[in-house]
Amino acid sequence: MNWEPLTLTFQLALVVTLILLLVATPVAFWLSHTKSRFKPIIETLVSMPLVLPPTVIGFYFLIAFSPNSGLGSWLNAVFGLKLVFSFTGLVIASVIYSLPFMVHPLQSGLSSISKSITEASYVMGKSKWQTLFKIQLPQIKPAILTGIVLSFAHTVGEFGVVLMIGGNIPGRTKVASIAIYDEVEALNYDAANYYSLILFAITFSILLVVYLVNGNLLKGIIK
Amino acid sequence: MIQIDLNKKLQAAEGEMLLKLKIDIEKGEFVTLYGASGVGKTSTLRMISGLLNPDAGKIIVNDEVWFDQSKKINLTPQKRKVGYVFQDYALFPQMTVLENLQFAQTKKYGAKAITSLIELMELGQLQNRKPETLSGGQKQRVALARALVQQPEILLLDEPLAALDTTIRYKLQEYLKQIHSEFKLTTILISHDVSEIVKLADRVICLEDGKIINQGTPEHVFINQKLSGKFKFTGEVLKVSNEELISIVTVRIHTEVVKVVVQPEEAQNLDVGDKVLVVSKAFNPLLYKLRAR
Repeated sequence: MNWEPLTLTFQLALVVTLILLLVATPVAFWLSHTKSRFKPIIETLVSMPLVLPPTVIGFYFLIAFSPNSGLGSWLNAVFGLKLVFSFTGLVIASVIYSLPFMVHPLQSGLSSISKSITEASYVMGKSKWQTLFKIQLPQIKPAILTGIVLSFAHTVGEFGVVLMIGGNIPGRTKVASIAIYDEVEALNYDAANYYSLILFAITFSILLVVYLVNGNLLKGIIK
Repeated sequence: MIQIDLNKKLQAAEGEMLLKLKIDIEKGEFVTLYGASGVGKTSTLRMISGLLNPDAGKIIVNDEVWFDQSKKINLTPQKRKVGYVFQDYALFPQMTVLENLQFAQTKKYGAKAITSLIELMELGQLQNRKPETLSGGQKQRVALARALVQQPEILLLDEPLAALDTTIRYKLQEYLKQIHSEFKLTTILISHDVSEIVKLADRVICLEDGKIINQGTPEHVFINQKLSGKFKFTGEVLKVSNEELISIVTVRIHTEVVKVVVQPEEAQNLDVGDKVLVVSKAFNPLLYKLRAR
């Protein structure tokens, strides 16, 4: 059996989750504190991947990043970046696609912190960043864990976006979900079954851990 | 000297309300804001601390301009030297008592201040506990100590004792009195409790619908007379019992409970929970020393 699609899948999921942590934290912070008129618009955009068919997102990425488009040719000329049918392209598309799964838990966690706790820190002379990292984030550890696990699992499970933007290049863009589709088309049900079982087992365990931790059943183990 | 001149449109329960205040506070003064809920007391503290922006006006503290609408000066809460004790204490739940105090520490006000505050507020036994394991009164002491770590120019107290029972309240009032004079603080306290105000404040400012309706010493405002040799205490009616010819009213004054004999007609318009003024006249009070200083 070829392990490449599986390692590629988890590589992708890991990179995407790390980037999402960096990107989603400021977005969630802004959404939970702002009174701006644009808040509903940003919230809608962040949540779009939840309802939009993944192929739609993949299709627009394909158009936008294609070397024939303005953005695609500019990226290629300035940074030498070819996003279509490449791992980098997969990462960027997946970050957008899994954004709500990281932003939502963080946003609701941050909103649940009492206003006076944040204000107490400001009155003590601490900046917004100091307050975020020393007061707010340490208080929402369960929400951060939920965000990490959900975006990881969601990236592992994506298919439509990956197929549209990444294609099916072994070792570069052929992730497990696509390998399964491939094997089924080639009538290799055994190989498809191996990939599927492994994905099933791993995603099941990941989600189980989240529910155990957030249900306080592992309190003694994870603090 | 603190000069406060604030204008702010607030959303109150009965629609919009215009808060319009002009208060001058001497350095070292203990001022109380008194009034029903929703008259703008908390908003006033929030504007002084920079957590809420006034629409217009000025805040000048010891010749330093904190806010001036006409000159577009508005210091952030981080730059204003205030200590703020919130109604819900706002202790950081993931930190111990000591860590809560240390978080407020700056280079200028180091570990020494914390050590002496822990001693003064008797927090030594509690310093390694998390806030969730503390009682209301203990949390309040931590919040108070934490607000003092940076040696603020103004101490703002938003009904800090409202949720506590009488005995602990009484003790914390003693703490407040002590730290106010020991740290030479300028303190602004929000309180509903007349006896607390009489005990602590140099001046009480009564607010109604965002305006000052009365101010002066607590004795002047609440009792409406200059101090005299007469015995006067504010208290709360605990019980009214009618005997054959007379009625006996049980009144709580601070932590003491006393019984007062009144005419049945007078007792008729007294209900349990009423605030009353207990006055005694026509005899000379006797003083017995209980404990020397």
